[in-house]
Amino acid sequence: MTARSISTGLGLFIVGAIVLIALGAGLLAPHDPFTQDLMYRMVPPRWMDGGTSLHLLGTDQLGRDYLSRLIYGARISLLIGSLTVVTSGLIGTTLGITGGYFGGRIDDAVMFAITCRLAIPLILVALTVVALVGSSLTVVVLTLGLLLWERFAVVARTTTMQVRNLDYIAAARAAGASTAHILIKEILPNILTHLIVVATLEMALAILLEAALSFLGLGVPPPLPSWGLMIAEGKDYMFFSPWVIMVPGIALFVLVFGINLLGDGLRDLLGVSQRR
Amino acid sequence: MKPVLEIANLRVGFSDGTAAVRGISLNVLPGETHCLVGESGCGKSVTALSVMSLLGRGAKRSAEVMRFHDRDLTRMSDREMARLRGDKMAMIFQEPMTSLNPAYTVGSQMAEVLERHRHVSRAQGLDRAAALLGHVGITAPGMRLSQYPHQLSGGLRQRVMIAMALMCEPELLIADEPTTALDVTVQAQILRLLQGLQRQLGLALLLITHDLGIVARMAQRVSVMYAGQIVESATAEALFAAPAHPYTQGLLNCVPIPGKTPRDQPLGSIPGVVPRIGAGFIGCAFRDRCTHATTACSGDIPRRSVAQHHETLCTMAPS
Repeated sequence: MTARSISTGLGLFIVGAIVLIALGAGLLAPHDPFTQDLMYRMVPPRWMDGGTSLHLLGTDQLGRDYLSRLIYGARISLLIGSLTVVTSGLIGTTLGITGGYFGGRIDDAVMFAITCRLAIPLILVALTVVALVGSSLTVVVLTLGLLLWERFAVVARTTTMQVRNLDYIAAARAAGASTAHILIKEILPNILTHLIVVATLEMALAILLEAALSFLGLGVPPPLPSWGLMIAEGKDYMFFSPWVIMVPGIALFVLVFGINLLGDGLRDLLGVSQRR
Repeated sequence: MKPVLEIANLRVGFSDGTAAVRGISLNVLPGETHCLVGESGCGKSVTALSVMSLLGRGAKRSAEVMRFHDRDLTRMSDREMARLRGDKMAMIFQEPMTSLNPAYTVGSQMAEVLERHRHVSRAQGLDRAAALLGHVGITAPGMRLSQYPHQLSGGLRQRVMIAMALMCEPELLIADEPTTALDVTVQAQILRLLQGLQRQLGLALLLITHDLGIVARMAQRVSVMYAGQIVESATAEALFAAPAHPYTQGLLNCVPIPGKTPRDQPLGSIPGVVPRIGAGFIGCAFRDRCTHATTACSGDIPRRSVAQHHETLCTMAPS
């Protein structure tokens, strides 16, 4: 076992565990994440003074079970992460492959779009949009999805340019394949490994951005248990009970860390860096 | 006999001003192997690609006549052309190692062609693919169908490419240096295979090569290309027996012929390289490398008939 495969395994384990937790939230969570119990507010976790086995990770300022909110929060993070990646992946890959394959004016237009996108301050635009339209899960996903496509586009474009001139593309054309067929069935499968790696990295970024938006009060609306929102709600109490921000903070760190490890591992595993 | 492929005065130019093909004419008859010979950069591949309409952007093609049977290739839309490619007109490329898509199995790539042109089911496509793999001499075709290109050797891949080109029973097969990338032993097998298939199926074969050995064993007709022009065209026998153009003579001097080439005498060579030719070039493009060059060579060169079906583009040729 090399250090590489250990870290990939760790990433896979973390992401897999969090996905399982998110899927089985209904079974795993000891309490309803929305039920308030004002008699039990700000109960510290089990291992601290005044902790109780009833609430393993304590309760928040409204007496909601912190562990249950954390478990349901994993759903929000993963949902936003994956939906954002699907949206931005579709946009970026379409633009990138089109620009990379056709070149010329079309490529100029794609490059211009990428440059424009890179000039846009992410958080600022996301904040503006959410502030104007109002916050909901859909708005957050769409906003992030429409903003995070540029890395997909850059990678799809360059890899398409490499693949475009290979003989099997010419051979496919000589066998009568249409342009659409070549783009979707000949080129796309051969650049997919690169895109998967981008997708993992973008997913981590999307999860962090959602947390940031929620922290600023413009992400998913309360009372949905988003990790970023939990940190935001806990920030008033952090001087007296620091665990209210540490628990979701650590969860966020572990998830993003795991996804990044997995992405690095996949890149090596799929031979992306060495292949060409 | 009516030619399968008829080309007259084909010209291809690139946007940087190079004239890659300068007015070539050739016919390929049914069941005939027509070899297009010449050194690298003389426009052989460009000719093949322009017949298939596979030239990239920035290339301009024009031709007086370019017909496949009775269909005018110069007037066909992209879609009509795509329908013809891989169906009645197929092509084999030089590099078998990179000509198959690494993301799909051999079977799926082969079946795809038949599905596209004949609208058959995947199962029927795979059946035909297996039959053809057997036909091109691949043992255990059933197993090969589910393998990926990286699991096959170069020779096997070239056989797969040939089988794939035959999926829709083409009438014209264009092979662009099909054996250049292969071992000598495999080369011989592939050539024998092409020859056998051609005889069986009555294919018209346009074989592009720089190897005179291949020409000698495969061709019925030969067109020698130099700097975008056909400098000599003849039947294979006539060409080897009595080459009329100094370039052809030079080429033939470069390869030993058993019983003909004298011992202890160095083989010939042609000094220099193929010049880059712009659009307005006049005269013989070979004159700078030709030992017989005279002042007449920088004027217009007439195309002359040396014998029946034997033409050459040279001032020296008897008219």
